[in-house]
Amino acid sequence: MTFSKSLSGRTIFPGTTRGTALVSRMGISFYGGVDPETGIITEPGHDLEGQSLAGRILVFPSGKGSTVGSYILYRLQKNGHAPTAIVNADCETITAVGCIIAEIPCVDQVDLSQIKTGVPLTVNADQGKITLH
Amino acid sequence: MQLTPEEHAILKGKSGPAAQKALQILETLGRIYGAERMIPVSSVQISGVSYANLGDAGLEWLSEMAEGGGQACVFTTLNPAGMDIENYLQLGISEEFAVNQRRVLDAFQKMGVVTTCSCTPYLFGNLPRFGEQIAWAESSAVCYANAVLGARTNREGGPSALAAALTGRTPAYGYHLDENRLPTLHVRVEADIKNTPDFGALGKAIGDRIQTSSTGRVPYITGIDSASLEHLKSFCASIATFGGVALFHMPGVTPEAGSHSRPVEELALTQVDLDQAKTALTTASPDEIDFVSLGCPHLSLREIQRVATLLDGKRVTKEFWITTSRPVKGMADRMGYTAIIEAAGARFATDTCCVVAPIEGRFTAMATDSAKACYYAATKNKFKTSLLPFDDVVREATQ
Repeated sequence: MTFSKSLSGRTIFPGTTRGTALVSRMGISFYGGVDPETGIITEPGHDLEGQSLAGRILVFPSGKGSTVGSYILYRLQKNGHAPTAIVNADCETITAVGCIIAEIPCVDQVDLSQIKTGVPLTVNADQGKITLH
Repeated sequence: MQLTPEEHAILKGKSGPAAQKALQILETLGRIYGAERMIPVSSVQISGVSYANLGDAGLEWLSEMAEGGGQACVFTTLNPAGMDIENYLQLGISEEFAVNQRRVLDAFQKMGVVTTCSCTPYLFGNLPRFGEQIAWAESSAVCYANAVLGARTNREGGPSALAAALTGRTPAYGYHLDENRLPTLHVRVEADIKNTPDFGALGKAIGDRIQTSSTGRVPYITGIDSASLEHLKSFCASIATFGGVALFHMPGVTPEAGSHSRPVEELALTQVDLDQAKTALTTASPDEIDFVSLGCPHLSLREIQRVATLLDGKRVTKEFWITTSRPVKGMADRMGYTAIIEAAGARFATDTCCVVAPIEGRFTAMATDSAKACYYAATKNKFKTSLLPFDDVVREATQ
């Protein structure tokens, strides 16, 4: 490793994981906008439309839509297609509750402009710390 | 956020995995929204009951919470399910759906949640008093509780409401606190508002404007002299649907209005604005209507009495659903209203409603007196809509 950079944020749900970033600049509606069986984003016109969030560190500004969306994250976790961590600018109720019930590490209040799709990350949600490798 | 020793113990698992998960949810929401502490709640209303919305994901989680020893420790009632629990086959709901819907209700019942299956818990026993701290989901009931009853709740979702039920607590932020209940915008109504579609259209007219405005979300509404329970339930459903409004004040009508002064910022609504809102909700031509529906929010006994009067000795020519709660239906049965209505060929869809039942695409166009029902019929079920006064809706069914 020749270069690494850290970002700090706030713990929403603890846990530590390492993976590759999948970054959206748009809100995500888990209910209706994500296929609960595959983790593929289906919302027409979304900047991640057609991509799968399974096994990725999902980075997006904030959740939106129905509160049923929390259950979609739980479903994805049960069938092995959940993101391994979530990084938000402003976490709201739907994403927060989804991460708690699905036990997905989650950090918010992070400067997302520093993170690009494909970048390897370590998310230490216990300390609210994101490391870019 | 300051937690009590008992709350710390629950977070460590002292009261079992379900209560632990519930408190994790509440503690996190409290941190996100800047609550300083938890407060006790004395009443809960839970949404997210229809299997059509929950799917297997929601069902699994609810079952896990029930198996994890979750028990409601305050009085808790439930939103409409996806079907009439006793009469689903006649309404065209499949046995497969029914099996899954029953599993959802079983999980709630195991947790001590009263399976009322209604959006109007305030009509039968879940009626918080002025100033009471509660945790309610169901946007129309939240608005009714805050504005009409003067109780205090945020707009909870299904999981956060369940979490409040299992712990008897909610984080103190938002509408629980005095400072967030102050009106932020004066809405001056200069139009004739007299029946449920008028109140529904007013809810849309205000809601549409508040949603796109940065001036705030607690309207102070003048120009309405009186409103019945049925008017207010229709209005609350509409202003919550179109504007996300959880609280309003209406001098002479709602109990908190007198303790606030009128905001300076003003929005005037005229008859033209009202008529525009009504026109936008009427997309069907009269000859297209093949579905007639009353009961969004669930019908009161007074409204069912009126339907029976209007249908007595008549015959309906279209599919006509009356959606209401089981307790209200029980009184309608005793009074003979149910017999009159069913003899005319209309159907009761008890425990459910046209927003959450799996009826997408089954009809072309729906007539109703509810602005909220029009919104969901169009967006969720792909029906055209016609917004009519209550009596005209019943007449439409017999034409």
